[in-house]
Amino acid sequence: MTFMHKLASTAAALALTAGAALAEPALIFDLGGKFDKSFNEAAYEGAKRWAGETGGSYKEIEMQSEAQREQALRRLAESGANPVVMTGFAFGDVLNQVAPDFPGTKFAIIDMVVDQPNVRSVVFTEHEGSYLVGMMAAKASKTGTVGFIGGMDIPLIRRFGCGYAQGVKAVNPNAVIIQNMTGTTPAAWNDPVKGAELARSQKAQGADVIYAAAGGTGIGVLQAAADEGILSVGVDSNQNYMHPGKVLTSMLKRVDNAVYEAFKMGTDLQTGVQVMNLASGGVGYAMDDNNASLVSADMQAAVDAAAAEIIAGTRAVHDYMSDNSCPVN
Amino acid sequence: MSARRPLPPLLDALVVPLASLVIAFAISGLVILAIGEDPVAAMKLMVEGALGSTYGWGYTLYYATNFMFTGLAVAVAFHAGLFNIGGEGQATLGGLGVALVCLMLPWPHWSVAFLAATVSAAAFGAAWAALPAWLQARRGSHIVITTIMFNFIAASLLNYLLSNVLRPAGSMDPASARFAEGLQLPRLGAVLEPLGIAFSDRTPANVTLFVAILAGVAVWALIWRTRIGYQIRAFGKSERAAVYAGISPVRVTIIAMLISGALAGMMAVNTVMGEAQRLLLNSVEGAGFIGIAVALMGRSHPAGVALAALLFGFLYQGGAELALWTKIPRELITVIQALVILFTGALDNMVRMPAEWLWARISGGRGR
Repeated sequence: MTFMHKLASTAAALALTAGAALAEPALIFDLGGKFDKSFNEAAYEGAKRWAGETGGSYKEIEMQSEAQREQALRRLAESGANPVVMTGFAFGDVLNQVAPDFPGTKFAIIDMVVDQPNVRSVVFTEHEGSYLVGMMAAKASKTGTVGFIGGMDIPLIRRFGCGYAQGVKAVNPNAVIIQNMTGTTPAAWNDPVKGAELARSQKAQGADVIYAAAGGTGIGVLQAAADEGILSVGVDSNQNYMHPGKVLTSMLKRVDNAVYEAFKMGTDLQTGVQVMNLASGGVGYAMDDNNASLVSADMQAAVDAAAAEIIAGTRAVHDYMSDNSCPVN
Repeated sequence: MSARRPLPPLLDALVVPLASLVIAFAISGLVILAIGEDPVAAMKLMVEGALGSTYGWGYTLYYATNFMFTGLAVAVAFHAGLFNIGGEGQATLGGLGVALVCLMLPWPHWSVAFLAATVSAAAFGAAWAALPAWLQARRGSHIVITTIMFNFIAASLLNYLLSNVLRPAGSMDPASARFAEGLQLPRLGAVLEPLGIAFSDRTPANVTLFVAILAGVAVWALIWRTRIGYQIRAFGKSERAAVYAGISPVRVTIIAMLISGALAGMMAVNTVMGEAQRLLLNSVEGAGFIGIAVALMGRSHPAGVALAALLFGFLYQGGAELALWTKIPRELITVIQALVILFTGALDNMVRMPAEWLWARISGGRGR
């Protein structure tokens, strides 16, 4: 009897430790795919950094279809993964349904606000970062014409474009901004060929600096710009290294930090809305050896001054998503 | 000896596809081995994940329902000698039909809404197939080209409507509002409970499955038991002979494509009303294209289509489990699915010809 008891309790203890071992964080990548050199890859970098520092392990899954969203969320939560972090606004509605079913699990979503007690919503002020790279583009441009290539035509990407246009106009009120969106379906996040075509067409119209806010499509934009001998601006991750001396800068969106912090807080994940803006280092522009020769001291001083003003609140950057319109274009 | 001897029906319908399947899985296993994973464990995970529990079955059947509709759609067009690549676009429009019905009117009960949504989805899908059909019949514009083009138009149209018309204010997701609470279709768990069958309630498989099965029976009756079905088959076998027999090519082309489009459109009831409860940009999820493989593999017969749909449902759900619990990247899961399509669809003759040769040798003594 006692022996049986002992056996049972040992088994229970074993089961418990097994359960505890399973309480590892999980990361879900959106349809663009993990290695898009941009948005999702930034998230992956954050998770990798956490794993490298803590020696911990985490689960990850790349979405293949819409129907998998709910399935993946539920399966990960059921398996004891905690917290579950996901990239992309498309998870918003599904998470809103799933989160109440797992009150013991913490979730974090990037690029979307989900109002549930166990959800951390991380949003970025992409218009601020885009404003800064817009200023740099205008200063670097010799033709007075700059380009913007967005991924899928959604308000979030128009927010990038609008911030960029404001930055360009702040430096050169007469500048011409050519704006194109790659497409109207999620495939627009991963179409480098179309991105390259758009970049060439913008160059033909006089653009000599092109900002790509298009996920994996941006790889084609940067490549075409480098081939055509004009400058490009990367997005989300630091993409300066992809074509050294040809990428003016990258608009950093520190998705990696968002994931890293969420993983680090673990099961004590702080919920609520977290705004990652210029002040908190959530967005910004990238400087490294690859673009040092492209960015003059004057350019950097002007951008840093503008950044300080935005942080102080003395320089306003209009957020496209606040009213679905842009004052400049 | 040089003339090919046809295989007996049982060999033709079962053994050849099964052999193709085995080859496809064997090569997939080699690929998995090559990236340093255990193919046996992966296979076990797929089978257990897709068929090992009612939970897995729920997802498998959910996907299979999609593929049954699109597979039947392609099959009906095949019988008329038409290659309908537009299942994707027709299902997209079908989804719009479902969403409009569910959002615009206050429905007293899900069953009424379900009926209306099914009719609406079929009507929208058929309407989207009508123009390519008319262009083919009257103007000779090739149906393959026009239906592909219509897929793009459908995607753009839906994108426009979702981002500018149907999207609730303040939402970033290009998707419609959620349908009213009571419009949730009963899931398989709830349907089977009164019968004393315990079935997982957390899977999206729903009553649409039964509509898909009914549609399969209806297609069988249509093709093999009705006058128009006979005309469709005759037209598909030989257009000139059909015309000589007094069959109107315009009429047959348009009717076959309308039925095909309607079937593809009905798929959206499963995803939009059965699963997401709102219209998403990508509610079709490529099922329109998978339908081509399903129809090819199922030899355009409803029973074959149902089995092939089940197989692809298994691949989808098993693939999802692989993605969840192993480090096998999602691209490789697509590779496995592609290998199955390649071997069962495109390389069918690779198995069939040796099989026919072998059969000729075995039965050679008795044959003429």
